[in-house]
Amino acid sequence: MKRTSTFALATLAATLLFLTGCDKKGSADGGKKGGEIALQNIGSDTMVNLAQAWAEAYHDVKKGVSVEVVGGGSGVGIAALINGTCDIANSSRSLEKEEEEKAAAKYEGKHPKEHVVGFDALAIYVHPSNPITEISIEQLSEIYKEGGKINKWSELGVTVPGGDDIVRASRQSNSGTYHYFREAVVGKKNDFKQGSRDMNGSKEVVDLVATTPTAIGFSGIGYKTDKVKVVKVSKKTGEAGVAPSIKTTLDKTYPIARPMFMYVSPNAKPEAEEYIQWILTAPGQKIVIETGYVPLPEFAPKEEK
Amino acid sequence: MTGSRSTLSIYGEKAIELLIRLCGVSAIIFVFAIFFFVFREGAPILASKDFSLGKFLTSTEWYPTSMSNVRFGTLALLAGTLSVTGVAMLIAVPFGLGAAIFVSEFCTGKVREILKIVIELLAAIPSIVWGFIGLTVMNPIIQNLFHVPVGLNVLNAAILLALMSIPVMVSIGEDALKAVPDSYREGALALGATRWQIIWRVLLPAAKNGLLAAVLLGVGRAVGETMAVLMATGHAVQIPHSIFDSCRTLTATIAAELGETREHSPHYQVLFLIGILLFTITFIVNLIADFVVKGVRKK
Repeated sequence: MKRTSTFALATLAATLLFLTGCDKKGSADGGKKGGEIALQNIGSDTMVNLAQAWAEAYHDVKKGVSVEVVGGGSGVGIAALINGTCDIANSSRSLEKEEEEKAAAKYEGKHPKEHVVGFDALAIYVHPSNPITEISIEQLSEIYKEGGKINKWSELGVTVPGGDDIVRASRQSNSGTYHYFREAVVGKKNDFKQGSRDMNGSKEVVDLVATTPTAIGFSGIGYKTDKVKVVKVSKKTGEAGVAPSIKTTLDKTYPIARPMFMYVSPNAKPEAEEYIQWILTAPGQKIVIETGYVPLPEFAPKEEK
Repeated sequence: MTGSRSTLSIYGEKAIELLIRLCGVSAIIFVFAIFFFVFREGAPILASKDFSLGKFLTSTEWYPTSMSNVRFGTLALLAGTLSVTGVAMLIAVPFGLGAAIFVSEFCTGKVREILKIVIELLAAIPSIVWGFIGLTVMNPIIQNLFHVPVGLNVLNAAILLALMSIPVMVSIGEDALKAVPDSYREGALALGATRWQIIWRVLLPAAKNGLLAAVLLGVGRAVGETMAVLMATGHAVQIPHSIFDSCRTLTATIAAELGETREHSPHYQVLFLIGILLFTITFIVNLIADFVVKGVRKK
């Protein structure tokens, strides 16, 4: 019994090592299956629903091209871009300089092509029973940053049924949302306060907040459900808060909104660029609105403009 | 008679023997290959100037992606692993050994066969499914039952791990009890001992080494588990102060962070170093289990 279990474990571990090894080396250029051209589209968890919706719609637009969408986080997408295992990387943050250089080194000086495909307002979610309606970036920073002073709801002037300690929901460190939140709220030079629940996906953050009265969390506005409340956000404490919407994102009055990027690998099949060009037209941008994100300014609904 | 065997059959025998020998040795090769790989990836960080092994083991500050001050302290993660495993064992040991005693001493015929199959079925549930159960079923139950803000905590993960390690304990514990000669039971019965006295005074002391081995293998299973605890612990870097605190384990950290790290960056190497740490823990646990089992054989 003992022997077999050790052996089984060893084999399993070896297989896993082998698989991860393959994952890194597998190349993006072998993407023809059954006469169809398959585009590998990897990255941002914030964008995964949107990317999926695009991929499905595009299947009817252009026969013979299928887009395979994988989530995992912006970091995973960018790593795949640098390692040459995807055609298009989705990212909710722009490439860092170091990553840009790495990619260029991999592709003999050719840089991945950056496209802004829409915007995402990062919503601050709380439980519906929480009376808070507005929060400032300063307060968020005190809640989330290492050494920050706010740990209790009473310090924000509200009484929350179910407890006073703030339960912080955050994201794992390969998430673009995590990086953006650190840059925009916590401060680039600061770190997150330890003890936050680092969830593995945008949806998990919203789920945690939906089931926890004392929780606060951040996630793309596309993940809003009926079971959570979205709080208005202001830059400074005392200023009027702004609710995230298409209008407030595009006129930049909502302080924590960010562009969503797609990076096309220099080695990608020409269909990849074609796909992006379709995303940047009206049908593609309509899907952006339908999935709860913010489209490019020229495609914003008239009445909101 | 011996002279009548053809040379062919002698060589055939030799070949088969060699083949079987290779199968036996392959496990050793696998283990060493894995150890070599993990060590090769993780070891270079030990020589790095910015890295201190003392801090790695004693600091609770885990900031692998910090822009200003990268810190690799795994104490909180280690505490998470140990507390989840500890609580899991508190639950699993009574249930696992109890079930082993029941299956071995009280059950007969059909009931016993059905129980054994069902318990083994428990071992066949993939850990990601356990994780789902923790996330969607146990989370609200724990919240409502204990009135705690978050149900993703040490208790949640410990219950899952207990359920996952019970099958191992039951099957090995049952073997250990079966190995106690029937003459012990008959002797005790002849002296007028009750069933309870037979189990408590005779069988358990006689089988204690085997039962301990069963428990230690359960511990090994619990320490190495990844997906279920990743989903059920709440994934918060902190030393848990109660069973209702969220925590994060060593395994879950590797699973969550390895995907984004660049190869051979310090973060990547530290994650492999955590792998070595885990390897060491499970190795020690398995080694103890092995020695204990050897003790059983000598008796």
